[in-house]
Formats: sequence, structure tokens, C-alpha cells
Amino acid sequence: MPNPASLRMVDNHYCAGCGHGIIHRLVCEAIDEYGIRERVIAVAPVGCAVIAYDYWDFDVTEAAHGRTPAVATGIKRVRPGNIVFTYQGDGDLAAIGTAEIVHAANRGENITVIFVNNGVYGMTGGQMAPTTLAGQKTSTTIYGRSLRREGYPLKILEMLAVLPGVKYAERVAVNSSHEVLRAKRAISKAFKMQIDGKGFSIVEVLSMCPTYWGMTPIQAADRIKNEVATFYPLGVIKSC
Amino acid sequence: MSKNKVLMCGNEACGEGAVIAGCKFYAGYPITPQNELISYMAKRLNETGGAFVQAESELAAISMVFGASAAGERAMTSSSSPGISLKQEGISYLAACELPCVIVNMQRGGPGLGNIAPSQGDYFQSVKGGGHGDYKLIVLAPMSVQELLDLTFLAFDLADKYRNPALILGDGLLGQMMEPLTIPSDMQPKHYDKPWALTGCRDRAPRIIRSLLLGEGALEEHNRHMQEKFRTIKETETRSQSFHTKDADIILVAYGSVARIAKAAMEAARAKGLKVGLIRPITLWPFPDKTIEDSCAATKKFLVVEMSAGQMVEDVRLAVNGKAKVEFYGRMGGGIPCEEEILERVEALL
Repeated sequence: MPNPASLRMVDNHYCAGCGHGIIHRLVCEAIDEYGIRERVIAVAPVGCAVIAYDYWDFDVTEAAHGRTPAVATGIKRVRPGNIVFTYQGDGDLAAIGTAEIVHAANRGENITVIFVNNGVYGMTGGQMAPTTLAGQKTSTTIYGRSLRREGYPLKILEMLAVLPGVKYAERVAVNSSHEVLRAKRAISKAFKMQIDGKGFSIVEVLSMCPTYWGMTPIQAADRIKNEVATFYPLGVIKSC
Repeated sequence: MSKNKVLMCGNEACGEGAVIAGCKFYAGYPITPQNELISYMAKRLNETGGAFVQAESELAAISMVFGASAAGERAMTSSSSPGISLKQEGISYLAACELPCVIVNMQRGGPGLGNIAPSQGDYFQSVKGGGHGDYKLIVLAPMSVQELLDLTFLAFDLADKYRNPALILGDGLLGQMMEPLTIPSDMQPKHYDKPWALTGCRDRAPRIIRSLLLGEGALEEHNRHMQEKFRTIKETETRSQSFHTKDADIILVAYGSVARIAKAAMEAARAKGLKVGLIRPITLWPFPDKTIEDSCAATKKFLVVEMSAGQMVEDVRLAVNGKAKVEFYGRMGGGIPCEEEILERVEALL
């Protein structure tokens, strides 16, 4: 399998079994597929993927935590001919940046969002995320997330899908080769939506965090299938 | 009347200065007393082919400006005191990434929600950093509607020249009052190459804009570079006006709208035969400390007048460094000192 031209062939800093490496590759494959590497401007997140720009071989900027879609909005509005995407974790997109993602989606910004949901804050040490499942143990929910105390896991895609500005929303996973291929198709489609000027597209990728789930990579991949995807169903949520 | 002589409020003049400077992007969130500026930019950027976004929050607005600036376009946002507090996160990031932009603060009474009357309580926040980390903004303090246009135009130039955010520090009085102003027909924005801008990596290596520097010593090195830049700005761009400072028994120091009132008080004092001068900083950072220090040879007393509890007075004291007495008179919470009040203070001190 040839390496994507958009992906730098360097060692990465991710933990064993983490999904970021796979998702980076899928994004880069999609960019290569459309020959848009020289048009891409990416917005890297705060969180585990904070130095994604060390792995991607195209123009990248950072954003303050959660402000990622706002930065992308500023870029896309002055450079509508460029392909602009954000790469965000669940803390970035579903907690501190909830306002930014809702309003960028609702404005129908012609950008692509790659939303990596692993149910915890990895970079800061495995605290509860808005997406943490009920009962899941994290460093801030040591007896497991209590729905009464911490509220319910947030289904961002289902929320965003009701907005007319959202043209494409699909949830995928990277826990098996079969799911990785489906994830690849979804990410490609999300970029195609932007290339065609259709409007806001988002792909949520259920990803593994073996380190803060306290599991082996194989156990973590199994957990996505057996637990995470039962709460966050895979598939197209909206496509216009 | 010349064709380009118009009547505008300060907020609109500020917007026109931005448009003439080639501002291509504006994002903002409504807050009184700077709303005329948002409306003006919505209209004018539509006419000139720029992009306008009414953001969902101040945090989003400043981050949109970050994006537009990173993509190489001249970008602007504006707000008033509580809104500027919210923008500080983004301002720190812009400064760290050395991204040029213009931020306008039409100050209102604070702290907290305060009121919508003019104030100068954001001086510290503007000139001492405001957000986290070691950085400086280029801070310009207009005192008329004309200067709102002229200094906003200049702010875009300085921002690009030094790759640093520039702040226009006005207040509700300046923003909302109307005055005739001249729009010079020969105002041509300078063009700066931006070999750092994100435009897509066609025929060149990819570019990265970031403030996260994790390598051993890398962040300290970047901070050293920024401090060197700030030293250059201080040496090159310090601006102030001095009136009757050569023979003054007392020199008033005031900026912005209060400088106008202080100037009137100075003129009234001179009419009475009192030797009163005025130093009016135009750049609040870099602060004209040399001008103030030098004037200590001619005077032994300063009276700093501000619409705050006393903020710029600290910089005056540092500049004077014990060589003269520095007195302060301030009003807060939207109180505006009048000419007679200042004159009374001057007479009491002489």
C-alpha cells in the first residue's frame, strides 16, 4: 500500500492502539485522491492531535481550544477557493467549542469537520468528556459516569443534523479493517461535499484510547463495537 | 466644501479607515457603544467585496480574525470593554503567532457589565498584555473622529509591518460623537509580502502557524525574538503630541477623549496667564516615556487626567522616575471630567 503524499513519513507520538494515526492517514488519502493537497488549509486542534501539523504535509494552523471552526470560518471566508478542514477531538468540539461548531454548522460554512470521538480527554490525562458513556470510569468519574450527576453523553451529530446548514453527517469507526474502509469512504465524501460547494460536512470517527480506557488495543477495538457503537450508532445521519 | 469632507460618527470613521486600509475581513459581536462600527463594516465590506461575519461570540469573532489573518488578509474586529475581556484569549494567540490584525475597543464603564458610558478603565488590559503570556499590542489612542480614521488606517500598516496585533483604544464618547472629517483621496495602503501566510502549498513547502513550541528552549527563543521586535517597535513607533511643555510649571498628561478636554483646560489656563502644558500620548504602547522624561527639565509637576482610578499615571511615574511630582485626577464608571474641573485641579496644584 503506497504512503499518501500528504502524510509525512515520520514517527508519531500517539500511544499504541490510538486511532489518530489511522484517521490522519484516511484524511491524507482523501486529500490525495482529489489532488487537493496544494489547496488544503487545515486547522489542528488542542488535545492529543495538537501537533498533527508535524504529520501532515500541507498548510496547517492551530486554533485556541474549541475555536477551531471559527478559525476555519475566517480562513474559508477570505479564501473560498481553498479546501479548509478542522480536525477536532471531543473536548474541543463537544465541550469548550460547542458554540463554535453549532454556529459554523448553522451558517452552513463550506468546510469539512473531522470529529474524533474517543470518549475521554486524552492529552490532559483521561478526564471525562461530554461523550463519555454512562458508567465509564475516568480520572474525574472514578466510580463511573453518573447520569444523575454528570448528565448524559452528548450525541453531537444527531444535534447538528437538525440544522439546515449541515449537508452531510456520518458516524464511522476505526476499530476494524471493515470499519476503516467505511470511514475512508465517509471522509472522502465529506471532502467532496466541500469541493462541490455543498456546504458543511462532518464525519464523527469513533476512536480508541487504550491508555485511558485502561485496555489493550484489541480490547479497546472490541469496546467500540460492543459498547460505544451501541450508544453512538454508525452510519449516515444526514446527507443532502 | 471639499468632496471628501463628510460628517460621520467616530465608529463609522474607524470603519472607513479600515476599508481604505484594505481590510478584507471583519467579524464581531454587538455590544454598545461600538455597534455603528459593526453595521458600517457589514455595509462597506459588502460593497467592497470583503467578508463580514456576525459571530456567535467575541471568542469566535477574534478566532475568525485569526483565521483570516493566517490566510494573509487584512482583518479586523471590534468590541467594548466586557467583550474585549472575552477576546483576550484570541489576542494572546494572535500575538504569539505574530498575526497582524486590528482590534478596536470603544471602552465603556466597568468593571463587570458596568454601563455604556465612556471610560478609560481598560488601559492596563490594553498596554500590559491583557491575555496570558509575554506580549505587547501596538496601542493607538485617537482623540477625534478624524483620528479614528487616520489611526485605524495606520494601525493596519503597523500591524502588517511588525506582524503584530494593533489596538485602537477609544471610548464610547469618541465612538458615538459626530464630527466633520476629511477623507484624504491619496490614502494608499502599503503592501506587505506575507511569506508566512496560509494560501495552500502550491509550488512551495507547506507552512505552519502555531504558538505551541514544545522543543527544549524553543519557546524561550520565540519569546526572545518577540521581545526584540517589541524593542524595535518602541524605538521606531512611539508617538505623542506636546503643547507648551517648554515653559510649563505644570504639564497635563492625558490621552483619547480626555486629552481633548485637558487641551481645552490648558488653553483656558494659558488665557489666564498660567504656564500649563500638555503631553498627549498617541501610542499608549509603546508609551512616550522619553518625551515625558525629557520634559522633567522644564517642569517639576505633572497632572495625569484619566477616566479611570489611575492607570496610565503609573507609566508616567515610571517615566518621571522621581524627577518631578506626579499628581492624578480621575473619574470612573462613566464620569467625564470637564474643563473647569481640570482647571480647578491645576490651580490648586500651582
